[in-house]
Amino acid sequence: MSEKWIEVGGLEDIPRQGARVISGADGDVAVFRTQNDEVFALRDECPHKGGPLSQGIVHDKKVACPLHNWNINLETGIAVAPDEGCAARYPIKMEGEKIFLSLTPEGC
Amino acid sequence: MKEKLVVIGNGMAGIRTIEELLKVAPDVYDITVFGDEPYCNYNRIMLSPVLAGEKTIDDIILNDEQWYDDNRITLHKGKRVANIDRFNRKVIAEDGTEEIYDRLLIATGSKPFIIPIPGHELDGVVAFRDIHDVDKMLASAQQHKHAVVIGGGLLGLEAANGLMQQGMSVTVVHLMDSLMERQLDKPAAAMLKTSLEERGINFLMEAQTEAIIGKDRVEAIRFKDGTELYADLVVMAVGIRPNIELARQAGIHCERGIVVNDTLQTFDPKIYAVGECVQHRGEVYGLVAPLFEMGKVCANHLAMHGIGRYEGSVTSTKLKVTGIDLFSAGDFTGNDHTEELVFQDASRGVYRKLVVQDNRIKGAVMYGDTIDGSWYFDLLRDETDISDFRENILFGQAHLGDSGHGEENRIVAMADNAEICGCNGVCKGDIVKAITEKKLFTLDDVRAHTKASSSCGSCTGLVESLLAHTVGGDYSVAPHQKPLCGCTEHTHDEIRAAMKEQELKSIPAVMQKLNWATSDGCPKCRMALNYYLLCAWPGEYEDASQSRYINERAHANIQKDGTYSVIPRMWGGGTTPGELKKIAEVAEKYQVKTVHVTGGQRIALYGLKKAELPLIWKDLGEAGLVSGHAYGKALRTVKTCVGREWCRFGTQDSTHLGIELEKMTWGSWTPHKFKMAASGCPRNCAEATIKDFGVVCVDSGYELHIGGNGGVKVRATDLLCHVKTEDEVMEYCAAFMQLYREHAHYLERTAPWVERVGLTFIKEKVVEDEAERKQLAERFHYSQKFAQHDPWEERAKGVDEHEFVPLKQINA
Repeated sequence: MSEKWIEVGGLEDIPRQGARVISGADGDVAVFRTQNDEVFALRDECPHKGGPLSQGIVHDKKVACPLHNWNINLETGIAVAPDEGCAARYPIKMEGEKIFLSLTPEGC
Repeated sequence: MKEKLVVIGNGMAGIRTIEELLKVAPDVYDITVFGDEPYCNYNRIMLSPVLAGEKTIDDIILNDEQWYDDNRITLHKGKRVANIDRFNRKVIAEDGTEEIYDRLLIATGSKPFIIPIPGHELDGVVAFRDIHDVDKMLASAQQHKHAVVIGGGLLGLEAANGLMQQGMSVTVVHLMDSLMERQLDKPAAAMLKTSLEERGINFLMEAQTEAIIGKDRVEAIRFKDGTELYADLVVMAVGIRPNIELARQAGIHCERGIVVNDTLQTFDPKIYAVGECVQHRGEVYGLVAPLFEMGKVCANHLAMHGIGRYEGSVTSTKLKVTGIDLFSAGDFTGNDHTEELVFQDASRGVYRKLVVQDNRIKGAVMYGDTIDGSWYFDLLRDETDISDFRENILFGQAHLGDSGHGEENRIVAMADNAEICGCNGVCKGDIVKAITEKKLFTLDDVRAHTKASSSCGSCTGLVESLLAHTVGGDYSVAPHQKPLCGCTEHTHDEIRAAMKEQELKSIPAVMQKLNWATSDGCPKCRMALNYYLLCAWPGEYEDASQSRYINERAHANIQKDGTYSVIPRMWGGGTTPGELKKIAEVAEKYQVKTVHVTGGQRIALYGLKKAELPLIWKDLGEAGLVSGHAYGKALRTVKTCVGREWCRFGTQDSTHLGIELEKMTWGSWTPHKFKMAASGCPRNCAEATIKDFGVVCVDSGYELHIGGNGGVKVRATDLLCHVKTEDEVMEYCAAFMQLYREHAHYLERTAPWVERVGLTFIKEKVVEDEAERKQLAERFHYSQKFAQHDPWEERAKGVDEHEFVPLKQINA
């Protein structure tokens, strides 16, 4: 199946070290922008207690969940040890400053 | 090509250093380790429980073969190094194995001291140092009955207890008249001896061994007075000596130990040494905690980062005998210049002694109930002035307000299913299991793995005690000057000083100048730095909202389901029909799930959607309602009673005073949340004596109280002073808040801050020095100029819209 890319916005729409939400019928996706302008997308649900990761603090390539401070790796969706768990990843494609998202989750 | 690092010694110090090195510089060296024992690195301090049959060898292995493989470390097990050829930078083992080094790390530990009396080489005479010794003792216990342990120190008593558990009849022979005389004073030693005797261990005190008698195997020992004692196993546990023969032969400068500088470097700059074999600033150590501190510094220098100095350790001791709780630290004997504070309750089996000089703790001995050991140890290492709480210090920290666990403080006696951490539901058994199975040594490790004490922190003391008790007293205590977080070596105070001195005015500037270890920090340091910069540069610093916790970024409180709650300000706890109507209207319009009256005399609305917050704020603003900052490390509420206006007991207009205080202080950011109250009379209906700043009106004026807390740790306030006018109340309040803002660590409430810096310090600045007080108040008012903007009004008008609106709506 070929990937279906959806344009969700521009890089400047997301604050550095921040995130925005793509809200959908099947739940939200969080799109993160790191200090170095890398963009990642994860299901907006912490593997621990379902906290909205989009509301966390973004540092390096990680986000700290706002509810209980689990750290989730943005590249892999995997919780930083010793915590265990995984949030689904969504592929991101950049065309210049434009961000495209695929709604086919990977991992977990 | 990578440089070659060779480590001599496969024990705790050497391998800990390698672990630290791999953390900071995983790819700098090809690493080779020589160990003379045929095992991987194991936890030597756990040999006592192995001897007592409470653990197996497998339980105490710290690094298995897989670990060496995974980290591409060559391990030469069971190979004793015979020679260091410094000229050719080569290490040669007894079996001929040779390794070239660019850098060499010596971690040869120590050797048991064997008294050279006749018969000391007989079969059945053993030391207590390694797995081999334990095996010999366990084998003897199978076939023989009578053990004599020479030496009534820590190691000797642990050996005696273990052999007794193995079914032997045990006599401890001690040269001195008191057990563990290097760690315990006489009363504590006597209590220890009594309880060990009750368990069945015999003692011969002031007995000097002259010879060990036997043909092939030991049969008896003879004392100087001619008496003899039957024995078929003799354990020599009279002390250890740094194992420095190899270094000495190689011409490395040694005295009692291998002499190293503050970077753990020996006199040969290619050669480092750590652990029990070194002598640093004239001291040699025989406990684990200093090894860990050394390992960290040494690794940093091996990694060529060149930061950090080892400046010596203050050590504490615990006895690893199940069911016996004792603690000792520092200079517990004292001298002509010291005083002793003693608490003794023989029938409860509790004894505590503190040695104090100039109101600072120099040493501590505790027996029976050691829950406060870690607290005393902190006070000792921080050289805290204890004069403000000296009268209660012997009753422990609980008596100062940590009411969380009351009398339940004998961790030894607690059942495995006793809950230690009430926030995260972690029981004693869970913690002990994690410590032993995951080989944890530090409080941070225990927090990461079990979550115990990671939320409100009130059980930290219990978790530390449990850690100390499980791994033995020489667990790795956190360094007393704690770095802000894992991203930096610097402490809170150092960072704040550098910000001012070097005029650092942004988070990246601080991180760059102070050599942050991470690219853009972690949540902990980012939130702290943002506050420190805001406090240091009012009006200049541009708030970094992405470094704020979500509640402060969104100006509402996130709830467990991802919705938000908002609490409008009600000045001094007062409201109007118009405000109440508006709140009711908003609650209906936005289908608020819960309307709740808070403890701070306000009304909270729960279950709000984030995207609707600006609309809600716009509606609330129509009735003049503004942000209550219930989400911030900021001024929260000023609780009042109705005071003189209505109450027949009221002495002053506490309601008006509360409103004035709130008008002056709202919007200010503080290191942690800040709550106030004003009560109209000493009946204190506004509960002013558990607030950060409380006013109790009296007929003659106003009593000002500080440092109270009604939350995690109930702490009644300290009385700061008495003033006569409302104007003075306002000035003292502003000065106190500013002092707290400038001096407390981020996330430190006033209660622990007051305990840390001392009431005397605060009185000096706020009460006794009028000029200082006025300057503090002036700085507070200046910073308020920039802080008093209602964030709700701004956001209702469109500020930070991206925070509230989804980037895109997809209707798949």
